[in-house]
Amino acid sequence: MSTRLGTGGRLIDRTHKLNFSFNGKRLKGFAGDTLAAALMAENQMLVGRSFKYHRPRGIVAAGAEEPNALMNMGRGAKFEPNQRATTTELCEGLTAASQNHWPSLEYDIGALNQYAARVLPAGFYYKTFIHPRPFWKHVFEPIIRQSAGLGQAPKDRDSDRYEHFHADVDVLIIGGGVAGLQSAVIAGRAGARVLLLEQTAHWGGRAPVDGVEVDGQAADIWINNTVQALEAMPNVRLRARCMGAGVYDHGSVLAYERLTDHAPQTDAPRHRLWKIRAHQIITATGAIERPLSFAGNDIPGVMLAAAIRDYVVNYAVSPGDRTVIVTNNDDAYRTAIALHHAGLMVPCIVDARPTATGALPEQARALGIPVKTGTAIAKVKGGKRVTGVALCQQAGEGSVTEEIACDAVGMSGGWSPVVHLWSHCGGKLNWEDQGQFFRPDPARAPISHDGNAFVSAVGSADGHMLTQAVFDSAAAIGTEIATRLGRKVATEPVNVTGPQEQPLVPVWVMPQGAPVEARSKMWLDFQNDVKVSDVQLAAREGYESVEHTKRYTTLGMATDQGKLSNINGLAILANELNARIPEVGTTTFRPPYTPISMGAIAGEARGDIFQPLRRTPLHDWHEDHGAHWEPVGHWRRPYCFPRGEETHAQAVAREIKATRTSLGLLDASTLGKIVVKGPDAGRFMDMLYTNMMSTLQPGKCRYGLMCSENGFLMDDGVVARIDEDTFLCHTTTGGADRIHAHMEDWLQCEWWDWKVFTANITEQWAQIAVVGPNARKLLQKLGGGMDLSASALPFMGWAEGKIGDFDARVFRISFSGELSFEVAVPASQGRAFWDALHAAGAEFNATPYGTEALHVMRAEKGFIMIGDETDGTVIPQDLGLGWAISKKKDDYLGKRAQERAHMIDPARWKLVGLETLDGSVLPDGCYAVAEGVNANGQRNTQGRVTSTYHSPTLSKGIAIGLVLHGPDRMGEIIEFNKVDGGVIRTRIVSPVFYDPEGEKQNV
Amino acid sequence: MRRYSAFAIAREAFRHHLGWERAWASPAPKSRYDVIIVGAGGHGLATAYYLGKNHGITNVAVIEKGWLGGGNTGRNTTIIRSNYLQDPSAAIYEKSRSLYENLSQDFNYNVMFSPRGVIMLAQTEHEVRGYKRTAHANALQGVTTEFISPDRVKDLCPIINIDGPRYPVLGGLWQARGGTARHDAVAWGYARACSAMGMDIIQQCEVTGITAQGGKVTGVQTTKGAIGCAKLGIVVAGHSGVLAEMAGFRLPIESVALQALVSEPIKPCMDVVVMANTVHGYMSQSDKGEMVIGGGADGYNNYTQRGSFHHIEETVRALIETFPMISRLKMLRQWGGIVDMTGDRSPIISPTPLGNCFINCGWGTGGFKAIPGSGWATAEMIAGGAPGPLAAAFGLERFREGRFIDESVAAGVAH
Ligand SMILES: Cc1cc2nc3c(=O)[nH]c(=O)nc-3n(C[C@H](O)[C@H](O)[C@H](O)COP(=O)(O)OP(=O)(O)OC[C@H]3O[C@@H](n4cnc5c(N)ncnc54)[C@H](O)[C@@H]3O)c2cc1C
Repeated sequence: MSTRLGTGGRLIDRTHKLNFSFNGKRLKGFAGDTLAAALMAENQMLVGRSFKYHRPRGIVAAGAEEPNALMNMGRGAKFEPNQRATTTELCEGLTAASQNHWPSLEYDIGALNQYAARVLPAGFYYKTFIHPRPFWKHVFEPIIRQSAGLGQAPKDRDSDRYEHFHADVDVLIIGGGVAGLQSAVIAGRAGARVLLLEQTAHWGGRAPVDGVEVDGQAADIWINNTVQALEAMPNVRLRARCMGAGVYDHGSVLAYERLTDHAPQTDAPRHRLWKIRAHQIITATGAIERPLSFAGNDIPGVMLAAAIRDYVVNYAVSPGDRTVIVTNNDDAYRTAIALHHAGLMVPCIVDARPTATGALPEQARALGIPVKTGTAIAKVKGGKRVTGVALCQQAGEGSVTEEIACDAVGMSGGWSPVVHLWSHCGGKLNWEDQGQFFRPDPARAPISHDGNAFVSAVGSADGHMLTQAVFDSAAAIGTEIATRLGRKVATEPVNVTGPQEQPLVPVWVMPQGAPVEARSKMWLDFQNDVKVSDVQLAAREGYESVEHTKRYTTLGMATDQGKLSNINGLAILANELNARIPEVGTTTFRPPYTPISMGAIAGEARGDIFQPLRRTPLHDWHEDHGAHWEPVGHWRRPYCFPRGEETHAQAVAREIKATRTSLGLLDASTLGKIVVKGPDAGRFMDMLYTNMMSTLQPGKCRYGLMCSENGFLMDDGVVARIDEDTFLCHTTTGGADRIHAHMEDWLQCEWWDWKVFTANITEQWAQIAVVGPNARKLLQKLGGGMDLSASALPFMGWAEGKIGDFDARVFRISFSGELSFEVAVPASQGRAFWDALHAAGAEFNATPYGTEALHVMRAEKGFIMIGDETDGTVIPQDLGLGWAISKKKDDYLGKRAQERAHMIDPARWKLVGLETLDGSVLPDGCYAVAEGVNANGQRNTQGRVTSTYHSPTLSKGIAIGLVLHGPDRMGEIIEFNKVDGGVIRTRIVSPVFYDPEGEKQNV
Repeated sequence: MRRYSAFAIAREAFRHHLGWERAWASPAPKSRYDVIIVGAGGHGLATAYYLGKNHGITNVAVIEKGWLGGGNTGRNTTIIRSNYLQDPSAAIYEKSRSLYENLSQDFNYNVMFSPRGVIMLAQTEHEVRGYKRTAHANALQGVTTEFISPDRVKDLCPIINIDGPRYPVLGGLWQARGGTARHDAVAWGYARACSAMGMDIIQQCEVTGITAQGGKVTGVQTTKGAIGCAKLGIVVAGHSGVLAEMAGFRLPIESVALQALVSEPIKPCMDVVVMANTVHGYMSQSDKGEMVIGGGADGYNNYTQRGSFHHIEETVRALIETFPMISRLKMLRQWGGIVDMTGDRSPIISPTPLGNCFINCGWGTGGFKAIPGSGWATAEMIAGGAPGPLAAAFGLERFREGRFIDESVAAGVAH
């Protein structure tokens, strides 16, 4: 069984007991434990079920590479699935539950799958469930979905907070083992701005567990001294519990800091996402041990050899009473020795190599641990826990020579550098025969904008497996980078004492000649249930590219992203294809290194501050007066102001009636306002707009159209000429930012030598439309001395002056067809002005109106609305706006496009008004049907509705739309479709339903 | 070709699956073919398949510089729908969708087409009107769609938050027969069927030049030598501009990286596909249990198939607003694919200025769903020498004539 040892445990605090629960069982651990260590200390080796066959799964590793120990953790708004027990620090009251089983972890119905494993090889689902057709959706897929899927779906809204941090550093070092620390010391002493990240809560990495001595002392001492030295340097920042997640173009790095996962009661954000710009990046991410492939290597109790050492040394937890070690290298002997020192039984070390004569094997032998060379595990015995191993010759086919009882197996197939971060942004790898791994190729490092490498690897991450070499590489790279940054470096040599190791012998299958029955019990990917036989099947069936094999078998696609399985799988594939491993190549390493929370990615921006909310100076007034809001871009505009029990439609009707008969007030502040200024402003305006703008007189306004290069109408609005050099362009609310960018695009990329500046001053002004027969009276009542008479300020004129006490620009423009003044005052005076209008307007029943009333009134007048009458396919000529297109200009944006064959085709759909014969309102978006069908069998059409409303003014439905040859067909009756297949008979009429002569607006 | 079935699997199980034959052959190129297709993505393979199946042309090679299906076909988020607005789009996407319905049976390979339904959320008044318009257009195009209420949205997808605060759901466009399929299986199924017809799929072979005589194509240069052909089909998505240059013409195409990500797998919680265009993100759940998430394309032109972060951030933000429960899920991996964007965001299926050379490209962010229909139409064009009705509107001349097929009206993101 697994237990807590009586003494030892570098990282635990035995005086601080913690309570936690697993599957409802109340258990205890110590501060400093990981959840995995605490579970194992309570003899809970079985922690989950695999993905496909629901096989029992135990803890395999001690870090981020763990494929099995995934938990549902927490409750309610803090519930989270798929938490890795090996990287979860134990805390008081932690609740964890195992995943992917029913009804319980011990008795899982899904485990029946494993008996059918033979008929469920890799890719079986591509070959079956084909007939009968409806069964996939209704029967097979639901069953497959239900049995897959691991953790439970969270149900509640997350109650935690997240935040983003930004950092700019000279050197970013990822990995706080001895290599990372040593590089940090060198770069730090050289004065560079250094950020050092470590994903666990502890500095120093593997060295203390591996019994290394640095400068004649235990590694822990060197580590503590170094961390203290670094903490004392003002130019160095250290962050534990912070993982380098991804490396992107030009030295942009994402890091993921877990602030309160280990202390959930703290009032702080849960995770912090770092966005780092680093001039140089050092990956000191270490190496990960590889499992070995032998039959039954997935049975709980089979673990990585180094992980066993971690549990014994760091947490004083013994995975088993009797642990067999199986290896192809010297390093695993350290585990046997550590177990022995902890008083635990190692019945034997099974070494696949023909001989083992290095210092570590000799030391093990001297301790009395039997070493069996040339030997392999033929099979692990046991179901939910290892009960023993059967041994055989590595060189043979698996005939059993001996059986040994044990309850744990420590396996080691050698180590692979963690090259993920190196590879994210294009760093390439070389195959190293000696250690049988891929390591970074410094000649093909990720390249930054300046053509220089910006990532370097040090220590084990660079393939150095002996500690002296780790220090040396860290010193060399640290020095090189500091020098590259133009800094002076002083290094002191570090001396490491430790045994020399003999090279490993590659062992990818155990025993070498294992028959297919055995190979179909050798797991490569423990979580996804991919076995050696599956990779071989994929190769046999022609899925030869690593990517094909990966996708066909799902090898390496589990939540550990193949940290344990990739190299082993590649080796099997290469062998099957008679190729060398480097010829097969690796799959792509994709960010993040280990999964990061969506919450952290989103950061602070959620709920009300999900996107910036733009407010006009009148926003609060609208809110206080019951506005029903409509999102328009990042703004919200009042759709209408319902009073009492009014429906929206009733409110809109009331607002329109008040405006048309007396006085309406509209907050038009969101309208885009862009200043175009400079000696070449007129020339620029002539290119931007279809109209001639350079001839506009100061003091006058003109309605203008803007088209894209492709000729399509993209925005419209009134332009006012402020003075000879200055134009004020009004744009649509949604268009302001886009149009400003569009202007700058042309100015910066094409007409960079024109003397023009633009500025988006939308928010500098509050703009209020004062609309209706009493509009002039109201403004005159406020006083201020401006002459607002029709002769002094005619339609399409503008003037500057005082209205009451307010500094105002008054534009005589109308989007409603009524007498209308749009009055702009500085934003700071907006609210006071609005209040003044209401106060003085009471006698005229001054009524605020919203966007819907605005839309209906403009439709009654047949005015177009960008986004309704236009959709990116409509040109001004379609809309009867030919008058706004200057014939005198040589050029404007869109002119050439509008001369193309399809644009001048007379058979285009053109703007008309539409009235149903029964007065009803046409449905939004309906089409005018025509006879017959087209070559693809689709019903022919001859037009469509673009705006349709109930007109309270006319008490009937009105619509505008685009109809083939429309303007030539006045009075004709055509049919519009309904989604239910019916049609609505509709008459083509003039688009101007209200005051066609314009008598009302021109008074 | 030996048929796949449950019985075949049972039979093989007794021999430990040692008897399965290759899904597709791995031949050396012949010196000449009737038709060469460049690019073994979904569109290239489907073109080859329908050349054989519909037109009896089987002396065909599909040449692929990497591994088949390794371009966007193997990197996309697999949304299949046909609720497009413009007639030509609706025609080809609906043809495609209906071919997907029988694809598994057609080539005896389970592509896991899952017609689970697609909702496009309307979160502004403008979007409401836009989707109502699409519903009316679809009714005339023979595409079954429906504008549904917020409550119906919630019924179909209980994990959705319809109450805002920023963008409450005002309704949605629902296509019950849309869904997803397994992307690799689509490529593999086509490849296996092509190989069975005697076509050569030549992987790890990059086309490096196009040879012509008298204004007509005569063959291609490749990293495995020169190969002759009577007709050439260029079907290389993001690399279309590169191939067009080899053929001596230019294309109105820009290549940008489109970003996607998946979460760790969880038990089923979402049975439909949801697209939220106002906030810019979409999500579905794969059969493995991963939440498959997509969003925007990078704002700069690029050929590196790499993930970048800024769009991921925006997309995830948008989706946490829409599906608050995903906040406590974790992103497992992210990636990018190079998409080929035309000016009107619609594809090109067209003859080219070079005789007997045809091109299929420009599917941009949304061409997975089009694979069968596009292959069908492209095969028809290559076999007959001129586009048929499905392809007619997608010719290159539309850019010259201004005859755009602009779908951006209907959806901000066109996946
Ligand atoms: C992240 C992402 C999400 C997407 N989501 C969706 C979605 O949900 N729904 C949807 O319908 N669509 C989606 N798409 C779009 C869809 O993936 C593509 O439109 C579609 O797969 C394109 O297929 P293809 O066969 O044209 O291109 P590809 O699959 O890219 O195939 C082109 C092939 O040409 C090869 N090639 C290139 N140059 C050469 C050469 N010189 N010689 C030989 N071979 C060459 C390439 O290696 C590649 O294999 C998405 C795309 C991405 C990137």
